[in-house]
Amino acid sequence: MSLPFYVSPEQLMQDKAEYAKKGIAKGRSIVAMEYGDGVLFVADNPSSSLFKISEIYDTIAFSGAGKYSEFERLRKAGIQHADLKGFMYSREDVTARALANAYSQTLGTIFSQELKPFEVEILLAQIGNGSRETELYRIAFDGTIFHEKQRVAIGGRADAVLSALRARDSETVPDVKTALTHCIHALETATDQKVSLDGLEVATLDRTRVGRKFRRVAFQEANALLS
Amino acid sequence: MSQCSSFFDFIAHARPELMPAARWGTDGPKTWSADEVQRTILPQLTHGTTVLAIKYDEGVVIAGDRRATEGYQVASRRMEKVFKTDSHSAVAIAGVAGPCVEMAKLFAVELEHYEKLDGVPLSCEGKANRLGHMVKANFPMVMQGLVVIPLFVGFDVKQNTGRIFKYDVTGGKYEETDYHAVGSGGKDARVTVKERFRKNVSESETITLALQALLSAAEEDVGTGGPDVFRGIYPTLKLVDAQGVRDVEESQVASLCEPLARARLERE
Repeated sequence: MSLPFYVSPEQLMQDKAEYAKKGIAKGRSIVAMEYGDGVLFVADNPSSSLFKISEIYDTIAFSGAGKYSEFERLRKAGIQHADLKGFMYSREDVTARALANAYSQTLGTIFSQELKPFEVEILLAQIGNGSRETELYRIAFDGTIFHEKQRVAIGGRADAVLSALRARDSETVPDVKTALTHCIHALETATDQKVSLDGLEVATLDRTRVGRKFRRVAFQEANALLS
Repeated sequence: MSQCSSFFDFIAHARPELMPAARWGTDGPKTWSADEVQRTILPQLTHGTTVLAIKYDEGVVIAGDRRATEGYQVASRRMEKVFKTDSHSAVAIAGVAGPCVEMAKLFAVELEHYEKLDGVPLSCEGKANRLGHMVKANFPMVMQGLVVIPLFVGFDVKQNTGRIFKYDVTGGKYEETDYHAVGSGGKDARVTVKERFRKNVSESETITLALQALLSAAEEDVGTGGPDVFRGIYPTLKLVDAQGVRDVEESQVASLCEPLARARLERE
């Protein structure tokens, strides 16, 4: 009987990271950016029923890029975490920070212990009463958390999307129309092709709403907003 | 991970100590003879309260008094017994205060949880069934005297109509066509509504009818509180229709109660 080959931990981790990155790079991109009344999400998603952006709690939204089955599992776990916490304590005790930590733990454990890492990237946003209280988190496949400001992109061409967004940066926080235009432009620049509005999934966390702040922006509404 | 979209089933599995039935303790439910149930449990079924629901042309009015009792004492004058449970449904609950409020809260989380996981809200019938399951799960507590009897009202967006569901302690679900009232003053309220009910009347007429029924119940039943003009405490009413659930303003209720009470005095 032959002994198994020795693989150094560095090599193992590197291989896993490469595998996960490859999987994520195949997927489309999702971008979220702050606007006057909250946070706008735009996802390159041709399906009108399989969502990539979703509500987690009153002021928290989730978005996942990469392998659908995997980020869907994380989305469900996030909703269970949030609803359980809100039921046990109080609605105001449910925070994106705690949720991001939980995701980080889960993804970190899976990355180091499982044979196959999750090929996903997670984006979490929470809005507060003012724009200073907006929190944006990006959680990578290995559990690393990034606390982002103003804008964040995940998925296949995240870096290209982000640099396209940065190029159009302005001093002031944009209104929803400008933000949507910027996001679409960034997705177009990154993919180097025209993006049609019905191939996009648009949603907002809108602090002017009463109660639950998450809302999907339907095609007609987005169209009216842009014209 | 479970594939189910129910929060109730999720905590039953993940955090059983949060379940309402955790009140059993470790010994399990006490068993009662049929005779004991007859003597001890049934009189408690109509714990102080009157809550009611009446249909109008575009939806349903759901209303409740504000009194909570502990034996012969008034425990609270400002108790809220009508709860909005999601965008198109509400429940009003009669029974023991603690478990009642807990069930309403748990039911609201249940509906929201389903809506978020599945991406679409439950159907009206689905919500009513779900509440039935929760009442059924509460049955061991009924055996200990902790009764919860909800009245469910929802706007069915598919059928484009308001619907009323009542329950018994075993979790049986029964749909009512026009109106219903439960609680210790439920019978008085039902009789009042029965005498004056007409189909497809306006929202404002139905609000008045609901208040009349609550006034009757408060006059006949010690467990039901009437309007308290000195403290400014009035019954709570909600309207459930195609636009969703909204409160009837307290100022409007106050201005309606006054002439109703006066008209009663003048008749006597």
